[in-house]
Amino acid sequence: METLVFKKPESIKEDYNYTFCPGCDHGVALRLVAEVLDEFGIREKTIAAASVGCSVLINQCFNIDIAESAHGRALAVATGIKRSKPDKIVFTYQGDGDLASIGLCESLHAASRGEKVTAICINNTTYGMTGGQAGPTTLLGQITTTTPKGRKAELTGFPMKISEMMTNCEGAVYVARVSLDSPAQITKAKKAIKKAFEVQISGLGFSFVEILSICPTNWHMTPKNAHERVRKEMYPVFPLGILKDQTNNSKEHK
Amino acid sequence: MSDKVLMKGNHAIAEAAVKAGCQCYFGYPITPQSEIGEYLSTKLPELGRVFIPAESELAAINMLLGAGTTGTKAMTSSSSCGIALMQEGISFMAASQIPAVIISVMRTGPGLGNITPSQGDYFQAVKGGGNGDYKVIVLAPSTAQEAVDLTYKAFYLSQKYRTPVILLADGILGQMMEPVEFKEYPYPELDVQDWALSGAKGRDPRWIGSLCMNDAGMEENVHRLFTKYETISQNEVAYETLYTDDADLIITAFGSAARIAKSAIRQARENDLKVGLFRPISLYPFPKSELNKIADNTKIFLDIEMNMGQMLEDVERAVNGKCPVAFFGKAGGIIPTVSEMYEYIVETMDKIKISSLTGSIK
Repeated sequence: METLVFKKPESIKEDYNYTFCPGCDHGVALRLVAEVLDEFGIREKTIAAASVGCSVLINQCFNIDIAESAHGRALAVATGIKRSKPDKIVFTYQGDGDLASIGLCESLHAASRGEKVTAICINNTTYGMTGGQAGPTTLLGQITTTTPKGRKAELTGFPMKISEMMTNCEGAVYVARVSLDSPAQITKAKKAIKKAFEVQISGLGFSFVEILSICPTNWHMTPKNAHERVRKEMYPVFPLGILKDQTNNSKEHK
Repeated sequence: MSDKVLMKGNHAIAEAAVKAGCQCYFGYPITPQSEIGEYLSTKLPELGRVFIPAESELAAINMLLGAGTTGTKAMTSSSSCGIALMQEGISFMAASQIPAVIISVMRTGPGLGNITPSQGDYFQAVKGGGNGDYKVIVLAPSTAQEAVDLTYKAFYLSQKYRTPVILLADGILGQMMEPVEFKEYPYPELDVQDWALSGAKGRDPRWIGSLCMNDAGMEENVHRLFTKYETISQNEVAYETLYTDDADLIITAFGSAARIAKSAIRQARENDLKVGLFRPISLYPFPKSELNKIADNTKIFLDIEMNMGQMLEDVERAVNGKCPVAFFGKAGGIIPTVSEMYEYIVETMDKIKISSLTGSIK
């Protein structure tokens, strides 16, 4: 007798053809989001605001309504969707360049307003889609196509700590930074994503999950070595954990 | 029947938006249109609707895009340099066929310029500052009452054609107080269920966007837009004429400039000068063939604008060499007076006699 123990989430399209590079963490992250939508039973009332970058093609993946956004504007678009249809579940799925560089203004203001939306940010320390240029979270010393000798603080400053910035926004109720470098971390990541959506479902305010991810193609590494880099080089700069959780005293945010 | 009330143009536009059923307003302050947001910051929440003071014009236009994807009637307003920042979102909305109403109350430029009234953003509105092949419906009122009526129309057309519509006013219209009457919203409410985002319940998921990584598919998308623009051109041209039947000289002007021109034309008629007016109300679609037809029965056009000659290019294209087109413009936020216009009319008419309609009038 056969027992089904693993299947494609309903929130991922039946005919989805994977659009990312082999080994990329996007696949895992998208699946976790889809599983959470399934588990809450909210697929049919969810609208996503897509972004620009590798994540631009999420409409090919998710089996939900999606609005395209210009580069960096996903959280402004999400604001417009949520405010016009407050009974819907609205989330963004953005890269670090989209959210923290060109869209930093829209992102921090959406968090400060306490928009009742969820933002998922993939931090892979580079602009993946355009071929691996330095971005807002590029680590010091990291070689990219625009920092060929490694990022130098005296020239381009320091990596931006997105979750820490979000934590300072009073409208943000839940802020977590997670990683996908091991099965244990993936389990924690899913819990954080689930919590973030729960915050929205409960109408408490803005929720944010930063996911440390690999870019094997532009890092010129195998997925295994890339995950090792996440642990060795990204963890110290971007420490994991729940940076903020005000779900229990959220009345002050209403 | 509603009564006339004395109102600032900006307030009248805001109240018209409320009456048109605008559910959400997103905006960032900029003179000379800030009263629109101020008015709506009280009015909309009182009605259980949404007012958001956006962090920038970029944010405002993209919030508008988001609300538009759900088929919700929504609006933003701004002026000149603020509208410049919104061009990204306007191109995206045109491309993705998202309805939106954008109130543009022109100040003078280029750059930060001045807060004084101007018509220097004709090109910005009509020709578009965003990327790619697209058009936006542009309506130009010349009185507060017309601003009210065209705001109603802007909401309707934006939904009917699923496109951004710009109401192009200027600082005079925005700041001046005039009697206005608010009739009931005269247009039908349109069903958005067959395209809007609402959650994929009992149907396939929808995506509203413009990205198309397929060359032939992208060409097809642009052609689809232009087929729609062709329909708009056939159905939505609006203009006003005054004394054009027997006019030797016809003034072409829009918005506030046309209003001042009317006074100059009356003065000319009192002095037996056969002067008329052709006032485009829809700047896109431009009343091209209508103007071309009128060119058969007049001797010269005089285009008057509060800029260095922007609509002039569309007037010249429409007239297509049938008769000369002279130009009188005031830039930098200077408003032409009736007597200045009248003098220019007389001067231009004198020149026609000298040149016997053969050459250029400069």
